[in-house]
Amino acid sequence: MSTNREFFYRKLHSLLGVIPLGAFLVVHFMINYQAVNGPEAYNQAAGFMEKLPFLLVLEFVMIYIPILFHGIYGLYIAFQAKHNTSTYSYFRNWMFRLQRWTGVITIIFVAWHVWDTRIAKALGAEVNYDMVANIVANPIALTLYIISIIAASFHLANGLWSFAVTWGITVSPRSQVIATYVTMGIFLAMSFVGVRAILAFV
Amino acid sequence: MSEKTITLEIKRQTEQGGKSQFETFKIPYRENMNVISALMEIRRNPVDANGNETTAVSWEASCLEEVCGACSMVINGKPRQACSALIDQLEQPIRLEPMNTFPVVRDLVVDRRRMFDSLKRVKAWIPIDGTYDLGPGPRMPEPKRQWAYELSKCMTCGVCLQACPNVNSKSEFIGPAALSQVRLFNAHPTGEMHKAERLETIMDGDGGLTNCGNSQNCVQACPKGIPLTTSIAALNRDTTLQAFKNFFGSDQV
Repeated sequence: MSTNREFFYRKLHSLLGVIPLGAFLVVHFMINYQAVNGPEAYNQAAGFMEKLPFLLVLEFVMIYIPILFHGIYGLYIAFQAKHNTSTYSYFRNWMFRLQRWTGVITIIFVAWHVWDTRIAKALGAEVNYDMVANIVANPIALTLYIISIIAASFHLANGLWSFAVTWGITVSPRSQVIATYVTMGIFLAMSFVGVRAILAFV
Repeated sequence: MSEKTITLEIKRQTEQGGKSQFETFKIPYRENMNVISALMEIRRNPVDANGNETTAVSWEASCLEEVCGACSMVINGKPRQACSALIDQLEQPIRLEPMNTFPVVRDLVVDRRRMFDSLKRVKAWIPIDGTYDLGPGPRMPEPKRQWAYELSKCMTCGVCLQACPNVNSKSEFIGPAALSQVRLFNAHPTGEMHKAERLETIMDGDGGLTNCGNSQNCVQACPKGIPLTTSIAALNRDTTLQAFKNFFGSDQV
């Protein structure tokens, strides 16, 4: 057996992006979307999540540790690439580049987002509708939120496409093309849900 | 008759790791020239566009029919074979550069040794030697032979490595060419006997199969139309199964 773990780390990186992080992002966006029904509905939904038993364990196992591994190892992967879309301006090469860009945008945003909400909560602030509304009252913050929501949606959707290739699910070119349509549909749907939700806080 | 000329801009470099610079050449036009015959014309009369004497440009070529891969270079920005690059179909000035993913030996000559080392690493052959007569191997069905023939067209030219954003000085990625050969030799009825060994080679060490980032430039760039990305995805499936077999155990070696 080999002592080198690169194969394992890469596969783990791919898996964590979908389970649990992809699943988490979908749930997170759905809770946010409750804000469309008003502050009451949002506070109730967020409150339900806050009251889950073993919350801290769940947060660490399902969110913080996977994000740290996926994010840090992902940065290492992203900065290994030497982009060449100017010479090879093919669709997939652009997706390759965007996957890395959106990943970097998302990890920077997540660091700020965790600081602003979770660390703030640990220091005594209450997580509710008003907290988010206060953040996005600043137009610069709102713009950064919208950019990051779209980036994260793209990163997840296109990541599902490469997940299917990485695990050998979509092998034929035809299946990969259909997977492109499906995942771009997911990108549009996630972007809509995410952006509409954040605009409900304005 | 007017004096038609061909203008070439060639990236020159005298030694490995040395400085490089472009030199412009103007050579008389003849019908049906390719980049090789243009380079031969410069070799016959090594004078640059300003009339200064210079050294002949170094390049490599062998088969002159796009099956050996030796004359691969970057022509007008894209890596391809110089022998099948026809002057009449190229925009001028024609820009020739070495494939800089590889160590540049001199001018347009590059050292593709890493590709041949990769083929050795993955055992891209059918082992038929034994201490006794192994007899005839199992037969290959004709449709499968035709399918495998497409993969066997690889000439180790290096164009796919040049096009790949993940093959560079920061990464050890083995590249698409050798990976596709793993698929080819694992598909052969005799080669299949070493399937697990080849798969484990590309799962082991830095720069294996998982370094592929799916930019899919390779399949677009391949001059032989080899389905490189299909090979990579098929190997992803095979190595995934192999990893499960290795971890959970299997009687199928």
